[in-house]
Amino acid sequence: MNFWEYLVNRHQQLLTDAYQHASAVFQCMVVATVLGVLIGVVTYRSEWAGNLATLVTSTILTIPSLAMIGLLIPIVGLGVAPTVVTLTLYGLLPIVRNSIVGLRGVDPTLVDAATGIGMSRLKRLVRIELPLAWPPILTGIRVSTQMLMGIAAIAAYASGPGLGNLIFRGIASLGSANALNQVLAGTLGIIVLALLFDAAYVLIGRLTISRGIRV
Amino acid sequence: MSESHGANIELENLSKRYPGNPQPAVDNVTMEIKAGETVIFVGPSGCGKSTTLKMINRLIEPSSGRIRINGEDVTHIDPVKLRRKVGYAIQASGLFPHMTVAQNIALVPKMIGWSASRVRERVEEMLDLVGLDPGEFHGRYPRQLSGGQQQRVGVARALAADPPVLLMDEPFGAVDPITRDHLQDELIRLQRELHKTIVFVTHDFDEAIKLGDRIAVLRERSHIAQFDTPEAILTNPADDFVSGFVGAGAALKRLNLSRVRDVEITDYPTVSVDDPLQTIFNSLRASGTNEILLLDKRGRPYKWLRRGDLMRAKGSLARAGTLVHDTVTRDATLRDALEAVLTDNTGRVAVTGRRGEYTGVVDMETLMNSVHELLEADRLDAMEHQHELEETRSALTHAEQEGHGGEPKA
Repeated sequence: MNFWEYLVNRHQQLLTDAYQHASAVFQCMVVATVLGVLIGVVTYRSEWAGNLATLVTSTILTIPSLAMIGLLIPIVGLGVAPTVVTLTLYGLLPIVRNSIVGLRGVDPTLVDAATGIGMSRLKRLVRIELPLAWPPILTGIRVSTQMLMGIAAIAAYASGPGLGNLIFRGIASLGSANALNQVLAGTLGIIVLALLFDAAYVLIGRLTISRGIRV
Repeated sequence: MSESHGANIELENLSKRYPGNPQPAVDNVTMEIKAGETVIFVGPSGCGKSTTLKMINRLIEPSSGRIRINGEDVTHIDPVKLRRKVGYAIQASGLFPHMTVAQNIALVPKMIGWSASRVRERVEEMLDLVGLDPGEFHGRYPRQLSGGQQQRVGVARALAADPPVLLMDEPFGAVDPITRDHLQDELIRLQRELHKTIVFVTHDFDEAIKLGDRIAVLRERSHIAQFDTPEAILTNPADDFVSGFVGAGAALKRLNLSRVRDVEITDYPTVSVDDPLQTIFNSLRASGTNEILLLDKRGRPYKWLRRGDLMRAKGSLARAGTLVHDTVTRDATLRDALEAVLTDNTGRVAVTGRRGEYTGVVDMETLMNSVHELLEADRLDAMEHQHELEETRSALTHAEQEGHGGEPKA
C-alpha cells in the first residue's frame, strides 16, 4: 500500500485523530490564554512578581515533555488528564511573558492620560492597556499554539488523544507494512494543522487589532 | 455652546513629600485661581510645577494641604469622579492610538453617562470648535494626524464633557514652533469663547506671556517667586530669579502682550480675482496707493499687485504681482505682526478672520506708534515703581539706623 492509498483507506481514523489533536490543542490554548493573561495582568506592575512569573513558566518549559507526562501519570492517571495539564503548562510561558512585556510596554503617558481623564483602574486596563498590549499577547498565543502542536504528539505516550498515536504506533512497529505511512501521516497531519491554526491567527489579528496600531 | 464656565480653585498649604526624600517635592503652595482665568505655572524643569498641577486632579495625591474647587473640598472625594470634572490635556496629546478621533473625544462624555446621540453631536461640535472638519477627521486614527492636529484633538477630548476646569501639562511642548504658535492662538480664541479656568504648565516664558492672564513663576519645590499679570512681571520682576527667567529683551517680549486687535486695523483697497481686469485697473488707479491687495475666490489675501505689474504680466492675473507670504489673525501678538511686516516687502501685513478671509491690514507706522506708546507707558510704570521702592528702602534704612542707634543703650 503506498502512502496515498493508505490515506484514502484510513481517512476516517485519520480525520478523527486530527480532530482530537486540534481540539485538545485548542482547548488547552483557551485555558492557557486565560490563565496566562491573568497572570500577566496580576504581576506586570511589580518588578519581582513579573520576573518570578516569567522565571517559573520558563522553568516549566525546560522540563522535557515526555518526562513531564511521565511524572504526571502517577498524579492524574492516564488519558486526557495528563495531556491537558501538560499542554496548558507548556502553553503558559510565551503568553505570560508577552503579556507582561506588552502591558509594561504601554506608553506611561497614555496610562497617565487615561487616569487623568477619569478612568478607573479596571476601565483603564480593559479599554487602554490590554488593547494596546494585545498584538504582542496574540504573538505569544501564536507561538504557544505552534509549540503545543508538537508537544501534543507526545501525549499519546500516556494514551492521550491525537495524531501522536499514529506516530507512536508506527515507531513501535517499524519494518511492518504501514509503519512508515503511519509516522508520515501523523507528522504531516500535525504540520497541516499547525498551518491552519496559524492562518486562523492571522485572521484573528486582522479582526481584533485596531487599525490605529496595526503595523 | 458651553454650559459651564470656569470654577475657582483654591490651593491651601499643598505639599508633596516622597518617602525617602527629606526635601518635599512641592512645599506648602497656597494660591487662589479665579474662575475663568488662565493661570500659567512657569519655572525651570524639576521645580515641581507639573507635580503641583497633577495634585489639582490628584493624579499625584498631596501629602498635606487642601484643594477646593468652587468652594467644594475635593481633597478626599473619589478621585475618579473629580477627574471627570476636570479636563486634562498633556504633552504629545496623549491620544489613545487604538481609538479613532471620535472615540477618543467621546470617552469622557460616555463615562459620565451621556446618551449616544448627545455624545455623537458633542463630538462633531468639539471637532468644529478646535477647527477640524468633522466629516474628514471623525474616523481617523491618531497616527494619521499631524502633531498639531493631534494636539487639537487632545484639547477637544479634554473639553468634551464641558468641565469647568482645564489642566494643561506642557501641551504644546512637542510640536514645531509654527504649529505651536497656531495652537496658542487657537487656545486664546477658545478661551475667549468658553471662559474656562485653565491651569497651564510650561517652561517657556514667552508662551506664558502670550497665554496667561496671570503667571506664577515657580522656583524649586514650587515656591512661588511671583504671581502676577504678565505686564507686572515684565516691568517689575520681584527678584533676580524672576528677572533671570524673564530673560533679555523685555521690551520685545512686551510686544507679545498686545494683540493685533488692540491696535488700529486699517482698511486697504482690495480687488477679487473674480473682478474683471478693467475693474482691477480702475481700482489700482483710483486707490492712491502703490499696491492693491488681490483676494482669492474665498476672500482670502492672495497677492499684492503693484502698478505696472499687470502690464508686465501682459494682463494675466495668474502671473502678475507677488504672493502674500504671511498673514496674521486678530489674536496674533504684535510681535508676530512686526515679524510679518518686516519680512513682507510691502511694509504691511494683511489681517485675516477665522476662516482666513481678509479683514484689514496693519502697517509699519501703526505698529511703531503702538510700540512707542507701550514702551512709554511701561517706562512711567517702572519709574513709579522705582520711586515706591526707594521710599520703602529709605524707610527701612531709617528704621535700621534707629535700631542700631538704640542697641548700645540697651
